Amino acid sequence: MLLPPELSVSLRVERPVLPVRLRTPPRAPFCFSPSRLRFHRQHEFFEDGDIHRHLYLQDILTNVTEVTERSKVSEFCCHIVGCCQVFDTLEGYEHHYNTLHRNMCSFCKRSFPSVHLLDTHILEWHDSLFQIMAEKQNMYQCLVEGCVEKFKSSKDRKDHLVKVHLYPSDFRFDKPKKAKSSTKHRKPPSKLDVSMPMDVNVETFEQSQVDSMEICPSESVENPTQPVSGPISSLQEKKLYKSRIPSTICFGQGASRGFKSMKKKV
Amino acid sequence: MWSRRSCRYRPDASGLEELRARRREQESALRKARRQQQLVSKRLLREDSLVNGDGQAGVEIASEPLSEQEILQLLRDVQRGTEERKKLLSHLRKGLQHKETQQKFVRLEGSMQVLIGLFTSSLANVQMEAARCLHELSHSSDPAVAEACLPSTSYLLTYLSGHSVEFTELCLYTLGNLAVESDAVRKQLLPQGIIPALASCIQSPHVAVLEGLGYVLSQLLQAREAPTKIMPHVNNMLLISQGIVSTLVLLLLELASMMSKAATEGLELLICPVLRCLSNLLAEDETEGCKVQIQDERLLVALFLFMQYFLQQHPFLVQECLWLLNNLTADEPIFCSAVLTLDLLPALLQLLSCSRMVTLLALTVLCNIAEKGPAYCHQLHQKAVLPSLLSTLALSDAQVVGQSLELLHLLFLHLPEAADDFLSQAGLQALEQHQDNPQLQERVRALSETYLQPAAASLISCAGASAAVLPSS
Repeated sequence: MLLPPELSVSLRVERPVLPVRLRTPPRAPFCFSPSRLRFHRQHEFFEDGDIHRHLYLQDILTNVTEVTERSKVSEFCCHIVGCCQVFDTLEGYEHHYNTLHRNMCSFCKRSFPSVHLLDTHILEWHDSLFQIMAEKQNMYQCLVEGCVEKFKSSKDRKDHLVKVHLYPSDFRFDKPKKAKSSTKHRKPPSKLDVSMPMDVNVETFEQSQVDSMEICPSESVENPTQPVSGPISSLQEKKLYKSRIPSTICFGQGASRGFKSMKKKV
Repeated sequence: MWSRRSCRYRPDASGLEELRARRREQESALRKARRQQQLVSKRLLREDSLVNGDGQAGVEIASEPLSEQEILQLLRDVQRGTEERKKLLSHLRKGLQHKETQQKFVRLEGSMQVLIGLFTSSLANVQMEAARCLHELSHSSDPAVAEACLPSTSYLLTYLSGHSVEFTELCLYTLGNLAVESDAVRKQLLPQGIIPALASCIQSPHVAVLEGLGYVLSQLLQAREAPTKIMPHVNNMLLISQGIVSTLVLLLLELASMMSKAATEGLELLICPVLRCLSNLLAEDETEGCKVQIQDERLLVALFLFMQYFLQQHPFLVQECLWLLNNLTADEPIFCSAVLTLDLLPALLQLLSCSRMVTLLALTVLCNIAEKGPAYCHQLHQKAVLPSLLSTLALSDAQVVGQSLELLHLLFLHLPEAADDFLSQAGLQALEQHQDNPQLQERVRALSETYLQPAAASLISCAGASAAVLPSS
């Protein structure tokens, strides 16, 4: 294209504007009148541009973070007291720290995925004033950020989460506080025992103990599993699981508590 | 952060032709999808297995699909922790790159729940690997597979307020893939609070997270119900009041200044959406008599630089630049004037010999300029607009010719001498070829009768007068 040679975007010279004639409507049979154009989003005007973009999208591979960030360093240990997990990448350590130590309740050592959930937990589990106030007014805040509803009990809040926000009824981060000592629900043997806690960490291990007792009877038939000719029954698998603690996990301060609960509830 | 999929093999001549053929097929499939309003693409984050530790591109060892039994065994082993869990999940993930494995996985009872259990584990590496499995599933082209991921969304959203960059990024892209899947998915995501969750992500200082966030939003907004259900309170007037126009203009100027530098691959992908935003904002219906006004001439320069740069490779960008140019020149004399005084007319005239849409838009811009009055028409005429117009009159497309006639009318209206010059360049003959076209004949006749015949008559009478004073032999 024939552009003038010195053309540059940094150019900003005060330049007089040519005088304009007053606008009059067009004279028939001519119909032109300057107007700003607009096309609706499905218009074929955008087709070539859209196709170009989608060809690009289908072609690319997004690399998960820059290669340099994933460089290995010599092995090092998590420096939180009692945790002796070992890492060889900074990313790995960062994720571990964020998952396990960052939003940790200093009262009971439970970890939470966000500050918001941690704050809610501390308020509801460790604040004695909360219990008193909860008797008089709705104190249980909805867990969904942006929702301002409050409820008079944990159960009411859970009902709200399930009905309005379409949350799963077994949402892991909404555990009611009281621990009943009802018998543990036995699930029929299944192909895969979905209630088995996947987590060896202290907090959720405990929570899963609480899980099986806190879940209301109606919820226990939530996920009906069909008995199958699986080789190992769920109960057997659970026992096996409890006794195994992978060597990579080191229990620190919280460990004794974990074992204590085991003794109590088994 | 982004890279194109590396070539898996070095293709020979026949391989290249095969690649091109596949590319053409891909393109026509996309066009068909767009016409049916079903143009959807997902994104995939995957460690580039082609780059080894020493940076050499290797031949990819294809991962194998898994059988039901193998999937079951893997999941049982992970639950029991007999082997290193991360390795087991890694194996599962590689299998899940295959559609058949994905389908088998979601059909197995309890499998998704186990995966979600692993995804919510506080063992960081298990969680990450489970997240990657979930991500592969979300990318599936089988809608049943993607919809099977629905139980995980409340957790995906919960983790958005976490602090691990890589993990958050993965969750975002998974959500984006799911969001574009179907109505049913969005009907769950919205009540679960996806918008406030995304809003908290915006605070992140990490580019990777912001990119992922952009992806989720763009996928959400593709939905048909977006204007009413997803962003009912956001409108252009609100954006304009927040100063979006000047931000976009500055962004375009920055992109234009990057053109002279080396790495410009993919720049058109950044420029295109900004052009569209500005054009749409300019076209916003005036409410309370306030139309968007842009007065920065540098924008004009940027547009011409883009058009010059992309004319060969990506002509679609030329037509979108001209659209913006039309919206700028329709009402603002500043831009019309600048086209002339910055000597950009030759470039604009060059565009008259391109595709139909480009020619049409270029003619419209010229009409915008001519409509401003005699001073503008004078410049147009001086800088040789007539010869280009004569070329367009030789085209067969009625709309293109019609727009040329409109331009001629404006020129003759403001600048009578233009009619004389037009005549002397065989303009009348150029017009006459269209006199039987019903879309054009009225205007052809009007031009003829109003401007050309009187001009011709005065020429003849001048000639007659000068003949009269010649001495008779």
